Amino acid sequence: MVIDDRGTMNLVLTNGARLYVDHAHPEYATPECASARDAVVWDVAGERIVEAAARHAEAQLPHGSAVHVHKNNTDGKGAAYGTHENYLVDRSVPFGLLTRQLLPMFVSRIALIGAGRVGSEHDDVGFQISQRADFFEVEIGLETTVRRPIMNTRDEPHADPERFRRLHVINGDANLGEVATYVKVGAMLLVLDAVATGALPEPIELEDPVHAFRTLSHDTSLRARVRSTDGRTWSALDLQEHYLEHARRSAEHLQQRADDVEVLRTWEAMIVAGRSGPEALVGLADWATKLDLIEAFRTRHDLPATHDRVRMVDLQYHDVRRDKGLHHRLVAAGRVPRITTDAEVAAAVRTPPEDTRAWFRGECVRRFPESVVAAGWDSVVLDLGGDEGLARLPMPEPGLGTRALTGTALEQASDVAGLLRLLEVRPEIPGQLA
Amino acid sequence: MSDSERVVRRPGSGRPESPSGPPVAGRVAARPLLDGVDGLLDEIDEVLEANAEEFVRGYVQKGGE
Repeated sequence: MVIDDRGTMNLVLTNGARLYVDHAHPEYATPECASARDAVVWDVAGERIVEAAARHAEAQLPHGSAVHVHKNNTDGKGAAYGTHENYLVDRSVPFGLLTRQLLPMFVSRIALIGAGRVGSEHDDVGFQISQRADFFEVEIGLETTVRRPIMNTRDEPHADPERFRRLHVINGDANLGEVATYVKVGAMLLVLDAVATGALPEPIELEDPVHAFRTLSHDTSLRARVRSTDGRTWSALDLQEHYLEHARRSAEHLQQRADDVEVLRTWEAMIVAGRSGPEALVGLADWATKLDLIEAFRTRHDLPATHDRVRMVDLQYHDVRRDKGLHHRLVAAGRVPRITTDAEVAAAVRTPPEDTRAWFRGECVRRFPESVVAAGWDSVVLDLGGDEGLARLPMPEPGLGTRALTGTALEQASDVAGLLRLLEVRPEIPGQLA
Repeated sequence: MSDSERVVRRPGSGRPESPSGPPVAGRVAARPLLDGVDGLLDEIDEVLEANAEEFVRGYVQKGGE
């Protein structure tokens, strides 16, 4: 890991991820992943890293102290914090089109990927589908903590800005369920392909996306309908089916990623399950699993919908400690499926994905920790030693820096100067820049 | 099934078949999660924070995204 020179808690890990303190909570940013499945593996690896950090912190504290870390999005007292997805999008896709095509996707996907929460910021709602929906006030904007927009315009691609834009998605929930994370990311990748290739018909224009987001979140029957400006009405699952159909057609032509077909099957299976009722999504969608758990718990203890003990079940569902977290207890009891294995998650805690530039970043940190002065998303600064000074290696192309391209050089080099010779790259020398 | 047949489905007009093979989501029976598993609820009672009310009241998260 690399600790930055201000001594702040800001680490680049050997798996290519970034781990830092954002205001008052730990934040983990996965390394760049080239498939939905990899995004799940490295997301779960982040949970294990944070769990280990919590255990480590606990051991430093007086006996009997406990460190709880919840992978969730609201404290239930008016504060929300995000689980941000970042997608690399071709710069040639018009942002206006992207926005119009994605707004109905964002407000409807919660039926499958909402994490569920007790209570509401606005209405008398006992339980709702999305942790985040209540906190969104506008359709589009740059902010993330005030006047939250469903479509966020932050565009720092951390890559060649001529070729790429960043799609910074702030409206999603923190999923514990691996199937939900898989569909969350996989469906977005497919829909983005469909937007880029023009495979989607004219956008469905909802009359009031912000209101629709709340309406769909507040209805756990999945029967609520929202109106588009052409007078049609849509349930969340109708909208999801619209995207699934067109994404499938474009995926058949493009065949972008190895797991696209599996994503389509899983996405469809969740929509089909949701059509037969929310109870069919139990075990697959976090919100449905949590709701089922809470209903059983309330019945057993005869508790009102928003009793503090019910809120405790909500919170503890998200506890990342595997002996305490209720999601993890359900997994251990065989009630909730996983799609990763312990072995691949353990590997992903230490090693980066092989098919993105995260490989080069993570391996530099692992092999030459003393020589990596700084490591960002799109560059690594190396100390070449002696009189040679520092060298900055730009990495503007996320698809380069892979194991296939840099693995041999990384294995053969005995120091970073040798690494640069083997890679035959000419780094930028900070002192020599005009 | 031809491509056009597959995509011409009205929302809510029935269940599309999976193309082939079991989807991830199909590998487990979604239900029942808790039906007839009092043992699991016992376990949840056991691991649930004993001071739940106090814990929930004290649970405040500062902002930041």
